[in-house]
Amino acid sequence: MTRKGRRLTLIGVALCIVAFAAGLALYALRDSIVFFYGPSELAQKDVQAGARLRIGGLVKAGSLVKSDSEKISFVITDNVRDVAVTYQGPVPDLFREGQGVVAEGVLEAPGKFRADTILAKHDERYMPREVVDALKKQGRWQESGGGS
Amino acid sequence: MIVEIGHYALTLALALALAQAIVPLWGAAKRDEGLIGVAQSTALGQFAAIALSFGALVEAHLVSDFSVLNVAENSHTAVPMVYKITGVWGNHEGSMLLWVLILAFFGALVAAFGRGLPPVLRGNVLAVQGMISSAFLAFILMTSNPFARLDPAPFEGRDLNPILQDPGLAIHPPLLYLGYVGFSIVFSFAAAALIEGRVDAAWARFVRPFALVAWCFLTLGIAMGSYWAYYTLGWGGFWFWDPVENASLMPWLAGTAFVHSIAVMEKREALKVWTIFLAILAFSFSLLGTFLVRSGVLTSVHAFASDPRRGVFILLILAAFIGGALALFAWRAPALKQGGLFAPISREGALVLNNLFLTTSCAAVMIGTLYPLALEQITGEKITVGAPFFNMTCGILMIALCLIVPIGQSLAWKRGDLLGVAQRLAVAAAAGLSVAIALLAATTGGPVLAPIGAGLATYVILGASSEIAARLWRGRASLQVAFSRALGLPLSVWGSAIAHVGVGVTLLGLAMTGLGAETIASMKIGEPRTVGPYEVTIEAIEPRTGPNYRDVVAKAAIRNGGALVATVESSKRFFPARQMSTTEAGIVTLNLGQVYISIGDQTGGAIAARLYWKPLVSLIWIGACIMAFGGALSLADRRLRIGAPVRAKAALAAQPAGTP
Repeated sequence: MTRKGRRLTLIGVALCIVAFAAGLALYALRDSIVFFYGPSELAQKDVQAGARLRIGGLVKAGSLVKSDSEKISFVITDNVRDVAVTYQGPVPDLFREGQGVVAEGVLEAPGKFRADTILAKHDERYMPREVVDALKKQGRWQESGGGS
Repeated sequence: MIVEIGHYALTLALALALAQAIVPLWGAAKRDEGLIGVAQSTALGQFAAIALSFGALVEAHLVSDFSVLNVAENSHTAVPMVYKITGVWGNHEGSMLLWVLILAFFGALVAAFGRGLPPVLRGNVLAVQGMISSAFLAFILMTSNPFARLDPAPFEGRDLNPILQDPGLAIHPPLLYLGYVGFSIVFSFAAAALIEGRVDAAWARFVRPFALVAWCFLTLGIAMGSYWAYYTLGWGGFWFWDPVENASLMPWLAGTAFVHSIAVMEKREALKVWTIFLAILAFSFSLLGTFLVRSGVLTSVHAFASDPRRGVFILLILAAFIGGALALFAWRAPALKQGGLFAPISREGALVLNNLFLTTSCAAVMIGTLYPLALEQITGEKITVGAPFFNMTCGILMIALCLIVPIGQSLAWKRGDLLGVAQRLAVAAAAGLSVAIALLAATTGGPVLAPIGAGLATYVILGASSEIAARLWRGRASLQVAFSRALGLPLSVWGSAIAHVGVGVTLLGLAMTGLGAETIASMKIGEPRTVGPYEVTIEAIEPRTGPNYRDVVAKAAIRNGGALVATVESSKRFFPARQMSTTEAGIVTLNLGQVYISIGDQTGGAIAARLYWKPLVSLIWIGACIMAFGGALSLADRRLRIGAPVRAKAALAAQPAGTP
């Protein structure tokens, strides 16, 4: 093979792989993006039922109900609007009432959310950043509220 | 007093680093050996100063000196001794200090053992290393001083985050940093080559050991981090495609590409410009990772207190080094002498393909990690890119890569014989296919991907071993001949074969998790539950008191067909100092698979529990250890070592760089 031919083969193969990867990335991005909303934002945005979302806010005090086999229901609030959440499965160690939480799952009906993943804070001092931002938007965030 | 000495030593280190950044660079430009010589003493002095500073911080933690803010916020008198020490880097300031300590350590290695290096190259390498050091030392001193005092001093500290009170903290960050930061030397060598406008096979020979050391440690560090997350998070996951994990995976992918392309450069003097580019890329991703983790743009257990000033400072460092290096690359790379071209069907060709797959999957991970951040900055819309994206892009590219790994390994340099390779790999491919088909038949209706992955893994393992086998039993040699050949085989050949076997072993572990079982149940004492081939019974639940925590321990027995195989304890741990609890999963390894039990809250006479059976899961981490062992073997290869100058020169003379 000539020098030119070798170089062309190399460039050709490289372009094929890059194009293949770019195609894969674009295709995969369509299906695996999950939007994050606070309860108020969720109410404003006209989100289709069945959409996969992340909802963040505080676990409303007194809303946590546990039933058998790790089934729980609770309310995520930003102190303006509420979203009712149901969930089955393990909850993180720092999940409790009055604390920040992010739930990922499917919106079943307006204001009703079925979570399949629950994320809480890693450390009692810090709030999930999304939750802080969502609360700030509603003017409900006090700096002292982040401390324990 | 000791704390002030530590602070002073850190400032001194910055002064030395600045001298190291400027003087040798000047000396290298003027070809003045005296000025270049400054690099060695400043690099060693800088390492000593940072070590002293680090020692001072360890001492402050050991004696629980709560007048130091860092100690007061991250320690407690009741914390066990080992966590007092590891707590030094269990926080932002201390972990940055560990970062620069390792940075200076690598600089000191070049200074101490780099006598065989050409003086100009050595001067430039250490100067670039000094620049990186200066930037990060300034960052620590200006925004993250670990020696800041607190007045009045509190009587008690706020305790180390309970999640971090784990042996993993002693191992994971140092290993990961040795890998992350190790690529700084590779970066400095690349920048030095660009400054000098000269790069050759000897350069590749100097860089290779550093790249391998960094790669081995990064491999182990990532594996250790993954195992830690697996046993501490309590739900059996070991990789989450979390941005912080991606931040460590990106330099690993770029670094893996680099250790392969540098082999081509060393043996065949080809791919020079590309190799230099990868060197810059690998450390750029390390810097990007440091930015993502330390700036507070992400929320994770790794992001300690966030302070916007820190984010901006690291972003500036990031921009200066990545931008500077790429600008230098754009300016100087065309001046580098082009390497030779080669036939597409050859080991070089296969390594190019390997590099393409690794860098494109690295790019895919980068897109998935940075896209949400960019979108939020631009539109304010918050999104996450989930695991399906990464599985689809990175996963598919990695599977494609695994298909070509044994082929590339069996091809000869210069001109390969694809037909011969196909014949040699026929056994491995047949074995892989039969494993896949047998597993598919045995698990009808189960997941399809797991048997296919297991088959691919078998093919990779056997394919990687077949190269060694073919060399040993060439011409139907007797066992004795094969044994003597095995001893005579260069360690780097063993190393690469073993590292590739490790890839297959990890892949096998990953694939087999698809065939695992999971039970989430509310368990009463004495009531057995089936998970996979085992029955798990909680025999007793009892409270226990630890040094700084209270435990609720569930003792479980694992039986197989009535026969007791193991007992295991799983607990929920409460730390009063921070009013926080952690889950300590009970894990038993049985036939390389693991039974994983994690408990939740007690309600009445029952306890919420999650039981998992994960067949062959331990292979994921064993495979990573095998990879690192393979890397270490290559490193030990005498032919490739640059030790004492005399021996190195003799070795270079005996083995001309162009020899295949």
